[in-house]
Amino acid sequence: MEILVCARRVPDTSENEIALNSAGNDIERDELVYSINEPDNYAVEEALQIVTRVGGNVTVATVGGEDDEEILRREMAMGANHGVLITDEAFNGSDARGIATILKAFVQKGNYDLILTGVQAENGGAQVGGMLAALLDYPFASLVNSIEVIDGKKLKISREIEGGNKEMSEIDLPCVLSIQTGINEPRYVGMKGIRQVASIPIPTYGATELALDASTVGAAAAKVTRVDYFVPALGKGAEMLEGTREENIEKLLELVAAKGGLK
Amino acid sequence: MAGFQSNAQLTSWLTQGQVLFLLIHILGVACFAYIVAKRLEPLVRGQRDLRFDRPLVRLGKVLKFWLGQWKHPRYRVAGTLHILIFAGFILLAMRAFTVLIVGVSQNFVMPGLSGRAGPIYNTITDYAATIVFLCMAIAIVRRLVFKPARYAVPVRYGKAHTADAVFLLALIAILMVADSLFAAARAAAESQQGRPLEVLAVFSLPWMLQSALASTSIPILGRLYFSGYLLHEVTFYFLLCYRPFGIQFHVETSLLNVYFARLNRGTLKPVRWGISDEQLDQVKSFGVKTFEDFTWKHMLDFYSCADCGRCSDNCPANAAGRPLSPRFISIKARDYSFEHYPMFGHSGNGKPLVGSKESGAIYSEDEIWSCTTCGACEEECPLLVEYIDKIVDLRRGLIDDGNVPQSLQKPLKALESRGNPYGKMEKKRGDWANTKDFQQICQVKTLDKQNGGDTLYFADSITSYDDRMQSIGRATAKILDHVGEKFGILGAAERDSGHEVRRFGEETLFMALRDHNVDAIKASGVKRIVTADPHAYNALTHDYKDLPPVEHISQVVAREVKSGKIKFNPVEDEKNVYTYHDPCYLGRHNQIYDDPRSVLDAIPGLKRVEMSRSRDRSFCCGGGGLMLFYEPKEDERIGVKRVRMAAEAGANVIVTACPFCMVNLEDAIKVEGLEGKMTAIDLAELVDQQMTRETQAVA
Repeated sequence: MEILVCARRVPDTSENEIALNSAGNDIERDELVYSINEPDNYAVEEALQIVTRVGGNVTVATVGGEDDEEILRREMAMGANHGVLITDEAFNGSDARGIATILKAFVQKGNYDLILTGVQAENGGAQVGGMLAALLDYPFASLVNSIEVIDGKKLKISREIEGGNKEMSEIDLPCVLSIQTGINEPRYVGMKGIRQVASIPIPTYGATELALDASTVGAAAAKVTRVDYFVPALGKGAEMLEGTREENIEKLLELVAAKGGLK
Repeated sequence: MAGFQSNAQLTSWLTQGQVLFLLIHILGVACFAYIVAKRLEPLVRGQRDLRFDRPLVRLGKVLKFWLGQWKHPRYRVAGTLHILIFAGFILLAMRAFTVLIVGVSQNFVMPGLSGRAGPIYNTITDYAATIVFLCMAIAIVRRLVFKPARYAVPVRYGKAHTADAVFLLALIAILMVADSLFAAARAAAESQQGRPLEVLAVFSLPWMLQSALASTSIPILGRLYFSGYLLHEVTFYFLLCYRPFGIQFHVETSLLNVYFARLNRGTLKPVRWGISDEQLDQVKSFGVKTFEDFTWKHMLDFYSCADCGRCSDNCPANAAGRPLSPRFISIKARDYSFEHYPMFGHSGNGKPLVGSKESGAIYSEDEIWSCTTCGACEEECPLLVEYIDKIVDLRRGLIDDGNVPQSLQKPLKALESRGNPYGKMEKKRGDWANTKDFQQICQVKTLDKQNGGDTLYFADSITSYDDRMQSIGRATAKILDHVGEKFGILGAAERDSGHEVRRFGEETLFMALRDHNVDAIKASGVKRIVTADPHAYNALTHDYKDLPPVEHISQVVAREVKSGKIKFNPVEDEKNVYTYHDPCYLGRHNQIYDDPRSVLDAIPGLKRVEMSRSRDRSFCCGGGGLMLFYEPKEDERIGVKRVRMAAEAGANVIVTACPFCMVNLEDAIKVEGLEGKMTAIDLAELVDQQMTRETQAVA
């Protein structure tokens, strides 16, 4: 099975202190460290596990700049067969539809049976996967937390619904799935692995290679644009319970029960 | 001698004794040689291990740990029994060879024993055989009746080893009886014929048998003499050839195992012996994944393990119910090698050692991650079997294949991008020293090319970033300031020492951290390094190379107490009882036991008690570094056990000298519900609290 995973490089939320810049129109980016968007990493792991079971190749693609090569190498060290950097100045400022348009053009250059995305980017809006499926006219399922290949033409997939239950569905290939974290336990990528793929050339695709009409992507075509960031006003402070330990426990239980936390 | 012939001349079943015994010799030796050759096969296929250096030091180890049985008295009963058996075997070795040869050449006398030495040697060995026999009897009774807990085999590790142990003990007992029987029969016959040649040692086993046989007829004595000899012969060779199939193989391997033992404490084996850091990029696979990835010495360890259970008896992970028992790391690997290197047929299967049982793996991932590398097992092993290097090598294999618990992946990634496991910003690393309040009490310089100093205080990650542990950092800085040290920190330029990174098997990441730190330290131009973190201390002294000398703060304080620069006020509350908890990487791995204690004893009015497990038997707090992020399966926290030991010793203040011990002990005090009754304090904090300041001195 030929699998494409669309991945994105994002500021690592566990290793950064995210703060707004002084102008208030972006976050402070000087000392940020980046990593692959976490759900995308689960998508790559899932693709690798599928390929181990049924054979095939895993390609990881990202739309971005030179700096984004870093995550492609990490996923290649993980086991992905190919990394592809989709980059062009004309792509700058694309909105989600623009990104989906670019990815659609890339998908059509290849022959993919299955396209995976993370459920959402940590700094995104969970839009690209669905849009890409619509543009390709492929079936789409979101929040997928298990995949079983049926006969090479269909997948049995599930998503978690209320109460930890699973809703099972079948979906025809080719299709696009957005992958939920927790679908697997991604393998660890050490520095040694990254060093070993450090010299493999990563192919790049631009607007020309993808035969994209520049007017359909980039800032000019964006219909959703970010105008501002703002920090919400601080709410009321927490309610402090005062009393003996036993009293506090009782009060706490009451409060939790009142909010529906205990049945 | 009518009716009583020498066994060599005896003709029975149409065979002359000489021929029969010669055949047994040849068959026995040939079998043993074949078995040993088969046992050597995996060792030949194993990895390199450079253990041929420093022969004198190694001989010293042999004298101390093999001939001197140094570790054995640590377990009184079993140790004493073993020393007696070992001494008996050593004494009896020459007798055994003489006896074997006499069957073929009746007049053989071992060179050196022809004169007066002969009877003396015989007397000694008569007693030796008796003592060994008695020890076997006691050992069998211990195994069957008293059943010391450490011999038990938990269900998950298979069936009890009692039958095998008793069988082997019984065989040795039979050997002793057989040896005594034919000596007794001969002596009885000689004495009946009125020409006693040999006087048996009074009250020895042969002597007692001789007394019992005093009135037996000569022909029966002749038959007993022959049967005793044959039994000795057969038992000897059976034992020789059976030993390589079980724990008794250590009789043969122990000498070599001790000779080739690891010489340097606190160190780890390289990824591959004989491969430099620069060449590591060319090494495809790191660590131990299949049995053949172990070094030959580590395989020899498996053969040498005597299944005595002392390692696991001292293992904190095992005590807390984690799925790790060092004893079975060895036993399972040994059983694996026996199974996959059989006496006949195809050898080796090359399957992974770590994984699910169904896949044929012998270790579980949890088992391998459960080790705190505290070294209690190695400290206890009478045969100097190594565990930490194996665990780390198995972890290197897991890391290489990406099999890392999810809880460890984030801290490892953060160490890669930020140089600390918490993912905190590099620029905040020195903040603990730069708060306004603290700067007024004690100015801590950040060292770089422009701002030099004599001494570097290497704080390491937990002390730099953890709110609670920063107090240890500030106390250390105040002590260095008090003794007039021109010191500073690296601040943002410091990275995690990588001590646990390396011990968790991530060698490449460790090397990156190490190289960064070495560059920063060299750029600062300092003449020496001080740290209050034993893990950093161990990394800087053993894992790094070519650095200025490194000291732990307890060593600095101990020295300055002697020099008089540090003086202490008496303790405020004389009712407090203190106990010192030895951090593994200060104590066992670096032998610093006395400095911290001497500091405590220099504080006037401080009452100190020792826990039953202290110094080289100290019980780990639960593990530091990345172990704080690992979520082991356990019945109880290791630290809780430790806190209880402190309470049992009658202490209410636990003094330690390691920030990780502090995390675990303070947590354990809360878990055990001892808040308000028990406290933990770092040695540096205590010194800072009790130090007589100059202003006070003047006043």
